[in-house]
Parts: sequence; C-alpha cells; structure tokens
Amino acid sequence: MRREILSAAAHRLELIADKIGHRYGDTAVLSDISFRLGAGEIVAVIGPSGCGKSTLLRFLGGLERPTEGAVFVEGDAPSGSLNPITYVFQDFALLPWRTAAGNIALVLEDHKLSESERSAIVADVLARTKLTEFARAWPRQLSGGMKQRVAIARALSVRPQIMLMDEPLSALDSQTRAFLMDDLVDLWQRERFSACYVTHNLAEAVRLGHRIVVLSGRPGTIREVISVDVPLEERAAHVNELSAIEQRLWALLRDEARDADRELIGD
Amino acid sequence: MKRGMLIGSLSVTDLSAPGTAAPGTKEKTARRRPVPFRGGSFRHRPIVFAGPLLFIAIFVLWEVGSRSGFIDAKALPAPSEALAALGDLVETGMLWRHLGASLSRLVTGWTIGTACGIAVGLAIGLFALARASLSPLVSALFPIPKIALLPLFVIWFGIGEGSKVATIVFGTFFPTVIATYGGVDNVDRTLIRMGQSFGLSWRSIVRKIILPGALPAILSGARISASIGIVLLVAAEMIGAEYGLGAYVLMAGSLFALDQLIAGVAMLSVIGLCVAWLIGRAERHLLDYRT
Repeated sequence: MRREILSAAAHRLELIADKIGHRYGDTAVLSDISFRLGAGEIVAVIGPSGCGKSTLLRFLGGLERPTEGAVFVEGDAPSGSLNPITYVFQDFALLPWRTAAGNIALVLEDHKLSESERSAIVADVLARTKLTEFARAWPRQLSGGMKQRVAIARALSVRPQIMLMDEPLSALDSQTRAFLMDDLVDLWQRERFSACYVTHNLAEAVRLGHRIVVLSGRPGTIREVISVDVPLEERAAHVNELSAIEQRLWALLRDEARDADRELIGD
Repeated sequence: MKRGMLIGSLSVTDLSAPGTAAPGTKEKTARRRPVPFRGGSFRHRPIVFAGPLLFIAIFVLWEVGSRSGFIDAKALPAPSEALAALGDLVETGMLWRHLGASLSRLVTGWTIGTACGIAVGLAIGLFALARASLSPLVSALFPIPKIALLPLFVIWFGIGEGSKVATIVFGTFFPTVIATYGGVDNVDRTLIRMGQSFGLSWRSIVRKIILPGALPAILSGARISASIGIVLLVAAEMIGAEYGLGAYVLMAGSLFALDQLIAGVAMLSVIGLCVAWLIGRAERHLLDYRT
C-alpha cells in the first residue's frame, strides 16, 4: 500500500494538522488533533456524532480557524490546479438555479479561461463522472446520487490535489452509496488525489481509507489510527479482513456512540 | 370501493391467526368493513372558472338589484351606468390622459423605490455596519403613513410630478428593503460556504449565489410594493393633479358622480390585476428552475 502511494507522490501537496484544538465558548469541541495527509492518500475520519469531525474538516480547508494549533500545507500544487484544496459537501451544495453544467461552470468562471477551455473542462468532467447526458438537467430533476456526482464533477473540474469530503454519501440510500463508493475508487485510481474523508459509516471508512483516524467523543481527540493494508481496488475481494477491521472500529466506538446519542446537540 | 378490495385480499382469519389465545374472538365481531377514509381536505386543486364566475355573478346580482329598485340608485349606481361613464371617458379620449398620467407616476415611482430598496436591502443583508445602523431606521420609518408626509413632499419636491412620484418612491422603498434583506438572510449558508471553498470572489458570490437566492423573496416583495404603489398613487393625486385616475376618482367623489367614481375605481383594479399578472410572468420566467 505504501508503494502505491509513494509512486504517485513526487513532491505534491500535503496537509498537516498540527495540535488542533477548538472550543465554542466553554465547550471544548476538539483537542490536540495532529496528523498528516500524505500525497495520494485517503484518510478516513470517524467518530461518534458531535465529536467535531465536520468542524475539523472546515479547519483543514481554511473555512474556519481553530482556537488552538494550525493547519499547514507542504509542497507545491501543479500550476494546472485551479483550487488545490476542494470540498465535497454532504448536502451537495448545488445552486438550484443552475443546470448541472452551469453548476460546474460556476467554479471556473472566476479563473482566466477562455469560453472554449471552460466548456471543454465541463464536458470532460461530466464525461468522467458519466453525466454527459444530464448536462442540461436542473438539480431538482436529479436523484441524490446524481446530485452528488455533479458535485464530484464540479470538484474535479478545478483539478484539486486534496479533496475534503464531508460525509459525501450520507444523504444517499444504501444502494446508491454502494455504486458511488465503487465510482470513487475508480476515480481515485485514475486521479490519485489525496482526501480527508469524514464519515460516520464504518463500512465507507474501511472501503475507502488508507488510514482511519478514530476520534473520541467530545472533546474529539485521536483515539487510534488504523492502517488498512489492502489496496483500494482489491478491497472488494477481501471482505473478511475488512469486516474484521470494521468490528474493531465498532468496538472502539460503541460506548462513545451511545453516550453521544444521549447528549444535547449544540454543535 | 378500491380500498375495500385491497383489504379484501387479506382475510380476517389470517390476521387473527398469530394471536391464538385471543379470548372472545367470535365470528360475528370479525365483521369486515372498509377502513374509514380520513385523508382528503387541506389540499388545493386548480379550479379555473371559479374566479371569473364569482365576478360575473356579483355583477349580475348587482345589476338585477339596481334595476328592480332593491339597490337605491343614489347609494350605488348600476354596473351598466358605470360602464357608460367609462364609455364616455373612452369617447372623449380622457381615459388615456388619466391612465397615462397615473401609469407614468406609478412606473417611475415604483422603479426608483424598488431599485433603491433592493440596494439598501442588499447592503443590510451583507454588511454588519449597514444592518446595525439602517435596519432600526427602516423599522422606524416603515410604519409612517406616507400620505401624512405628502405636504412635506410638496414643499421639498414641488407641487408637480415630484411630490407624487416621491410619495410612491417612499411607499415602495421600505417593503422592498425588508423583503430583500429577509431574502438575503434566508440564502442557504452551505451554498455561500461552497462558493468560498472554491475561491469565488466576493462579487461572484453576491452576484451568482446571494442575489439569485434572494430573488424569490424580492419578487414577492415587488408584488406587495406594487399594490402599495397603487394605493399611494390615488393619495398623491389628491393634491394639485389635473390628470390621473386618482384625481378623476376624487373629483367624481366630490361631485357625487358615483357612476364615474365606480368607473375610476374599476380602472385602478384593472391596473392592479395587470401588475399582478406581469409579476407572475416575471416569476415564472426568472424562477423557471423551480417547477
């Protein structure tokens, strides 16, 4: 697995979380989170609800600032990368007044691209996510899975080095989720992006993560980091190994998940 | 009938089978009947002819009442008389004079008021300082009846068109401000965060995310402000107006020419209907992504 990552690495962009801690008023949400997101690596972050997973992701991409610690980038993004650190959101965040193609064009319009370059990129990412025939569809006409495909196409269009994915499959039904997981594996094999993949779904974490960061309940701290040493494309064939890891993760999380369930929400 | 048949495919004995020890289960208590229907109501379905039909019914009753003497002609003239008054207006060509004067005031005033209202509403929605300073001011000025300020406007803007347009400008400005910043506040935050995460410029976020997101609220504000504009038009034409539907109605009223009064009021209604229809068209065009 290591080799698989290193071959793609060269000196591409890496993301470093350095002793991140955060509090809202008196409530500590996160405490002492440090890890490194290597080039071409997918790090899954799991934890009980309310442990600050999504908050952590907002820090990683610079949408919010932590009260303690900092996030650093290392290395250089290639010049073709328009938005090196790019998010994929749980609720898709598509503009309802723009078509699928229009939503992708939106994030290209602020860059110096000619009309033809822009439409070429839009057509390319639509093709890569198998959406070409839906280019002119409104978001309301698309199923949840299709909407998230559009959002992924939009993310790809800016040639990201690092994808920050906030429960990207949680709003979808389980069949669609399985399809999209396979698609994500395919995509990763072609693009070799690195990703921080926040989820509460253990199966997704085990299927997509090279490493899995397990957070504790509030305040979220790193309880354990588990490496999954099966290449992504072979994981479908290693069901037993994966489910053993899933069992281990569940054993780690069970008590905290129960406590988190009984807490008042204030995130 | 259909519901009864659906249940009919499950036999009652099947349902009661698992509870073998259920005491007192007799053949007679197991009478089969349809589940009472409790849905329905609270749903809208389009009934196209109801609106026009009610209008026609009212006019017919009114006309019949007037002709039979049930309605005193001094208290309320028959619709046919009002129609005749309207016919006179058309014949003498005065209708277009009055209508032209009123429409130009309404359109100018409403356009300026709405444009300024959207600008100020956006500022309140976007900038903390504008919100902190302007929104109390808007709340303080909105409830003032603009008609009460008409004498002031006459002094400030002259007795001619200025004061009339100013009344409509002020009347339409405040509801638009409130509708606009309410719309901006309601724009989905995740969309704005998405824009930021892709590095869109501030201008792009405002123009491509916030403005279209607030548009439904701005348009429903426009509906309200247009009606307020028509109300204020009549008030503004009370002072120093030679032409205009408001002036016509007021003159008819002071002469107790009730047929002309009804004719003028009907024209104001028609303007209101046309404006509502135009805004409906605009909504359908601008918000076509919704349906």
